[in-house]
Amino acid sequence: MSEQKIVDYEFKPGFKGMAHDTGSDQTMFKGVHWGKAMMWIFLLSDTFVFSCFLISYMKGRASTPVEWPNPSEVFALDAFGVPVPLLLIALMTFVLITSSGTMALAVKYGYEKNKKMCGWLVLATAVGGLTFVGMQAYEWSKLIHEGVRPWENPFGAAQFGSFFFMITGFHGTHVSIGVIFLFIYAYKVFAGHYENGGKRGWFTTMRGDYVEIEILGLYWHFVDLVWVFIFAFFYLW
Amino acid sequence: MEETKKKEQQGSTHKIGIYLWIWGLLFVLSFFSYMVDWYQFQGMLRWSLILFFMFLKAGLIMAFFMHLFWERYALVNVLLWPMTAIACFIVLMAAEGQYTLFSRLFYFFVGGGQ
Repeated sequence: MSEQKIVDYEFKPGFKGMAHDTGSDQTMFKGVHWGKAMMWIFLLSDTFVFSCFLISYMKGRASTPVEWPNPSEVFALDAFGVPVPLLLIALMTFVLITSSGTMALAVKYGYEKNKKMCGWLVLATAVGGLTFVGMQAYEWSKLIHEGVRPWENPFGAAQFGSFFFMITGFHGTHVSIGVIFLFIYAYKVFAGHYENGGKRGWFTTMRGDYVEIEILGLYWHFVDLVWVFIFAFFYLW
Repeated sequence: MEETKKKEQQGSTHKIGIYLWIWGLLFVLSFFSYMVDWYQFQGMLRWSLILFFMFLKAGLIMAFFMHLFWERYALVNVLLWPMTAIACFIVLMAAEGQYTLFSRLFYFFVGGGQ
């Protein structure tokens, strides 16, 4: 662990611990890896960004007098000649949840110092994320082919296109960045950067630790979390 | 070194079963929310079901996959209280959306009451 032992500090659970944490001197989350705390702060700010997008979508959809396109029909996909509503979106949801599950297990095996399982699971997560991005690229090209643009579309209210590309695009960017990092960390796990006290990182003199997999996991679960909200509000509503 | 040992025990206390359970539950809940669209429920039933499954899924991911259930309260509170600001923003913008719709209908379609 890269954390120092803190003199005269003992972690207390519950509200008493919360009072201790918020009232402690120098730093707030004592004993928590700095990267983990900072990742949480980043995710909090990201939550606000995504919330603003979804709220502007709500406001845009609520205030247009033109009828909103029916997502159930717009995102339908032909399977064996029969149009199935939201088929691709449902598959994307399952792919992302699968990769979230493998990530959770990777974190668990990382803490158990099981290098092989951790590495393979991180790699599986990366492949899942890549599949998701591929499906999203297919969905985008299909809609663009059908004439959906940020300023117009053949199905209904013109705002539909701009919100669709903005929200799913920003989420897709997050997934893509996550996939890149997942591949990097899969390499780092397999290369043993977290074994035997840890190897020093590329941009830092600090030693690697399996807590980095948990931090990566937090980001990845957040991407899944955002998709839960996009799926509910944009595709199902 | 003592600290390190403690950390290791902390990290590995969660059994694999709980992750698999949550994983399975997420699949089932996603399937249910897809079924809401499949059976074309409409109106309040549709919206309440969508929100119910959404919050359940979000809660499970945050509590167990992101470990918030086991985290210290200080972190949980730092993360969850700002959500009330988002809730306020949603209420404000819902009201604003209603007003914008009213204005558009009134001035563009009714003709401004002349």
